[in-house]
Amino acid sequence: MYHAIVFLPLVGALLAGLFGRQLGPKLSEGITTGLLAFSALLSWGAFLEVPGTEHATRVQVATWFTAGDLVVDWAFRIDTLTVIMLVVVTSVSTLVHLYSIGYMEEDPHRPRFFAYLSLFTFAMLMLVTADNLVQMFFGWEGVGLASYLLIGFWYEKPSANAAAMKAFIVNRVGDFGFSLGIFLVFVLTGSIAFDGIFARAPEIKDATFHFLGYDWSAWTLACLLLFMGAMGKSAQFLLHTWLPDAMEGPTPVSALIHAATMVTAGVFMVARLSPLFELAPNALIVVTVIGGITAFFAATIGLVQNDIKRVIAYSTCSQLGYMFVALGVGAYSAAVFHLFTHAFFKALLFLGAGSVIHAMHHEQDMRNMGNLRRFIPFTSAMMTIGTLALIGFPFTAGYYSKDAIIEAAYASTRPGHTLAFLCTVVAALMTSFYSWRLFFMTFEGPARWAGHGAHHHDDNHAVAHAGGSAQADGAPGHHEGVAHDNHGHDVEPASHSAIEHHDHAHTPHESPLVMTIPLGILAFGALFAGLIFKNRFIGEGMDKFWGHSLGHGPDNHIMHDIHSVPALVAYAPFIMMLIGFVLAYWMYIRRPELPGQLAAQQPSLYRFLLNKWYFDELYDRIFVRPAKDFGKFLWKEADGRVIDGMGPDGIATRVLDVTRGVVRFQTGYVYHYAFVMLVGVAALISWYMLTGLPKVAH
Amino acid sequence: MFGLGILSGLLIVPLCGAAFILTLGEETEASKRNARWAALITTLATFLLSLVAWGRYDATTASFQLVETHAWLSETTRFKLGVDGFSMPLILLTTFLMPFCIGASWLSVNTRVKEYFVAFLVLETTMIGVFCALDLVLFYLFFEAGLIPMFLIIGIWGGKRRIYASFKFFLYTLLGSVLMLLAIMAMYWHAGTTDIPTLLHTRFPVEMQAWLWLAFFASFAVKMPMWPVHTWLPDAHVEAPTAGSVILAGILLKMGGYGFIRISLPMFPDASHAFAPMVFALSVVAIIFTSLIALMQTDIKKLIAYSSVAHMGFVTLGLFTMNEQGIQGALFLMISHGIVSGALFLCVGVVYDRMHTREIAAYGGLVKRMPLYAAAMMVFTMANVGLPGTSGFVGEFLAMMGAFRANPTVAFFSVFGIILSAGYALWLYARVVYGKLEKPNLQGILDLDLREKIIIAPLVALTIYYGVHPAPVLDTFAPSTEALMQSMRTALSNTQTAAATLPPASR
Repeated sequence: MYHAIVFLPLVGALLAGLFGRQLGPKLSEGITTGLLAFSALLSWGAFLEVPGTEHATRVQVATWFTAGDLVVDWAFRIDTLTVIMLVVVTSVSTLVHLYSIGYMEEDPHRPRFFAYLSLFTFAMLMLVTADNLVQMFFGWEGVGLASYLLIGFWYEKPSANAAAMKAFIVNRVGDFGFSLGIFLVFVLTGSIAFDGIFARAPEIKDATFHFLGYDWSAWTLACLLLFMGAMGKSAQFLLHTWLPDAMEGPTPVSALIHAATMVTAGVFMVARLSPLFELAPNALIVVTVIGGITAFFAATIGLVQNDIKRVIAYSTCSQLGYMFVALGVGAYSAAVFHLFTHAFFKALLFLGAGSVIHAMHHEQDMRNMGNLRRFIPFTSAMMTIGTLALIGFPFTAGYYSKDAIIEAAYASTRPGHTLAFLCTVVAALMTSFYSWRLFFMTFEGPARWAGHGAHHHDDNHAVAHAGGSAQADGAPGHHEGVAHDNHGHDVEPASHSAIEHHDHAHTPHESPLVMTIPLGILAFGALFAGLIFKNRFIGEGMDKFWGHSLGHGPDNHIMHDIHSVPALVAYAPFIMMLIGFVLAYWMYIRRPELPGQLAAQQPSLYRFLLNKWYFDELYDRIFVRPAKDFGKFLWKEADGRVIDGMGPDGIATRVLDVTRGVVRFQTGYVYHYAFVMLVGVAALISWYMLTGLPKVAH
Repeated sequence: MFGLGILSGLLIVPLCGAAFILTLGEETEASKRNARWAALITTLATFLLSLVAWGRYDATTASFQLVETHAWLSETTRFKLGVDGFSMPLILLTTFLMPFCIGASWLSVNTRVKEYFVAFLVLETTMIGVFCALDLVLFYLFFEAGLIPMFLIIGIWGGKRRIYASFKFFLYTLLGSVLMLLAIMAMYWHAGTTDIPTLLHTRFPVEMQAWLWLAFFASFAVKMPMWPVHTWLPDAHVEAPTAGSVILAGILLKMGGYGFIRISLPMFPDASHAFAPMVFALSVVAIIFTSLIALMQTDIKKLIAYSSVAHMGFVTLGLFTMNEQGIQGALFLMISHGIVSGALFLCVGVVYDRMHTREIAAYGGLVKRMPLYAAAMMVFTMANVGLPGTSGFVGEFLAMMGAFRANPTVAFFSVFGIILSAGYALWLYARVVYGKLEKPNLQGILDLDLREKIIIAPLVALTIYYGVHPAPVLDTFAPSTEALMQSMRTALSNTQTAAATLPPASR
């Protein structure tokens, strides 16, 4: 059965990828979606069956490679954590496949698109079912590849290409740590299979390892290196820069890869390796702090973004920070629970945004939207549900999981927890604010799109956009102020698909049924997933539910302690949520001129946020450009002048001088000379062989 | 058959083909066609013969197999051939790649067609000879003889600066080989034989090992090529015709690695141990520096050439880790790189044949007109980047893991290679294949034709197959690697006990 769950998407990907042209788009869509739906069905079957069994089941598929005492298998590890991920991945993927049938309807490359989607799903399934670190790395890089292909799906757009490359390379920086982590774990335990590692790890928990001049606690080092991989994949602070740019991909991709599944791989990894992280409390502090900072920092940027997808992207980044906070304080189950609920409401928000973008004919700038509730009421209702779940409105999915994390951050006794608590609480306020800001700018207020109101624009959206920006945020000129971004992504207000070109003077229209049905299903999840599963994931049933799939050290009582936090802490997220709502309502409905005035009053702060804390510029300055300059220096100076100049060129010049002279006298064909010379050399060598050697011997 | 074994057959068949082509008359369309077909049939026959050899080969033992000896120069220097786990896969790689080279030259070589294919067939004999020679003099002879056809291939059928490139290539390799010749003579003097299996069990004095090791190193390092004696490679690649590049990257570079594993490591274990830090340093420098240089290249072939140097850095790194993961990883990487870099050069050849330029800037947006080409190129690019699931991953991963066991700091720096390789490879892909098809002269470019599909499809399949199931190759290396490790361990521990009994001053 697990073979089917994992390999059916691969079959779909291969069929659509290799024979897409013969099958045609309709059949390609049908095959990939159908196979995935079947896979999802089986996953839910497994989900009903597996939790409660105490130990993981191992399903051997084949041997990958062996070298000395290193044995790497293709094998599945089936336990509660696995099946949760199976359900999340296959369900969201099926819905996204379905949705894409509508969303990508006009794209000529649909078979390729669906092949990539299914390929991604396969890689993600390999990742979450991995029985060992190397297979996990296979899935890890595999989803990276699929993400690269899908971000760059519209290959004619230079910004999409740049974003795709950036995603891959930044992830490689994380994988740099991941690889070293795998090597270290292997050196420490002699195994790369989870069973072997977990069995051996406690025996050597105080081991030290000498690395780069320091004597590290071996497990702290190993966990930090592995966590570096997680930071890359889950877009945590410092390695987050690729995620917002990844929004260049088609919106269903953002929903599947950059919200619900791939970016949570880092969270999954830490949860999977929780028995190791429990041995490395110092590494967990780093996880907590990085998570807290990300939650806060991404939320601040989300406050001012105008691209509807980017707001959600930063929100994702921020929510992933929450999950890492939970992991860092040892509340692994809360982290995975938030991963689970987040997959529903974030995929819902992204697909909802996609529906808006679809309705607006690929307009993504919220300053050119407004009053859409009247035109696309169903989408608007679904977005409301998604927003409520995200901000943690009582009894929605986010309410249970997010509050548990904030309480855990408070209740923890580990260093760094206070910072994480403060960050997550403040981020809760900002989450509520930017979510409602998004909602109000998109669905409420006056309509600011073409064919409606003052400014019509046919094709020249850039002009119309400048007008829209001035009107919406009331800060004329600020957009021009940031338009000199090196990477060019801020310059483009609305990333239009280069392939599809639309007349902008349409009335927004509700999306077709294939798109709205997935929204409805996800909305159901966003509303009720918390209520239904709370008890099992983080409540009384949790010990039985999780079995041994998460590691808890003997001193880790965090999931128990969260029940005894002060009432103020328990109510804090709710209060923050209300404040955020009121602020957003005040600023975007009652006094719409306020945001512009604020931005004008605090131009440097505004620009700092709008430019994402200038991380792209910083990295360009300290990594990208020096690397290029150094590469050029090595090429021209070191290779060209020093090595060649002193060595071969010097000699070659002499040889060529002689050659030229000789050639002029002789046949005029340089190669004749070359051949003669070589024959001479060969003869010389032979002579040495025949006469020289035996003589020496005696 | 005349007392000759199957390995002799592998050496003779290409020569027969070459001889036949030489008998073809004046350069007419008909004779050109005959030369092409003759070369193709010869290389295919050689490949089939090598498969027969593979069938008779027992991959579970480390001993030399299919051994044959013929009287040659003297009693102590005989014409001795044989294969073991290190050489068998490389022979297969050689015979496998040759038909692709012939196919790639089908239309692009139009002058001196006869001579061209003769040169290639002679080259094939010398390459197979290197990998199956069991006598040092024979090894040397083949090792150097391969220079001549390659020199001619670059010098005659190359690009604009072919004379410069061929001389650079020649000077570099000649420099190394002179020292190697001296070392071989010294070894003969000491051991009284040039028989490789005997020499493998000969213990050379430690001081002598150092000199011998350095002499061989000079030759192998140039062939690899290792930093800083790598600068001949980019020029040679750029000027060589497509098939020449394929052989250069696919096989000739592997001779250096093969030399290390056949001669340096087993015969001079103490010296190898002592010089390992130097090799590590040079390897890491190669990985990082040449990757950075690759990043800045404007010529597609040069970029791939520099990336080859970086990958060969992983090979030398892995070989000198002297543990199973490192050595097997390095060996696997040699095979994988042979396939992948060969395929990449073939891909460059495809567009070069159409546009006659290798400038990256001259391309862009090819995917629009050439979707099949784009897909194949993506597979090879990802293999070059070392994506798990392609053959490129297994070797690099094992080599780095071996390095981590041997020296974590070295491994730390080598892993930067995986970031940088992603940088230059994807950037190349983005500039050539992705983007808008804007250049007017690209508007009519055609996708792969049947000949090109036949050439590229098997390479795509193999790249992925060995990525998912590398066992056939890795398991062939395993017994020989184990035996090598065993003998090196014994040798090193002997030296250490000997050193321990001596007064410290003598060390």
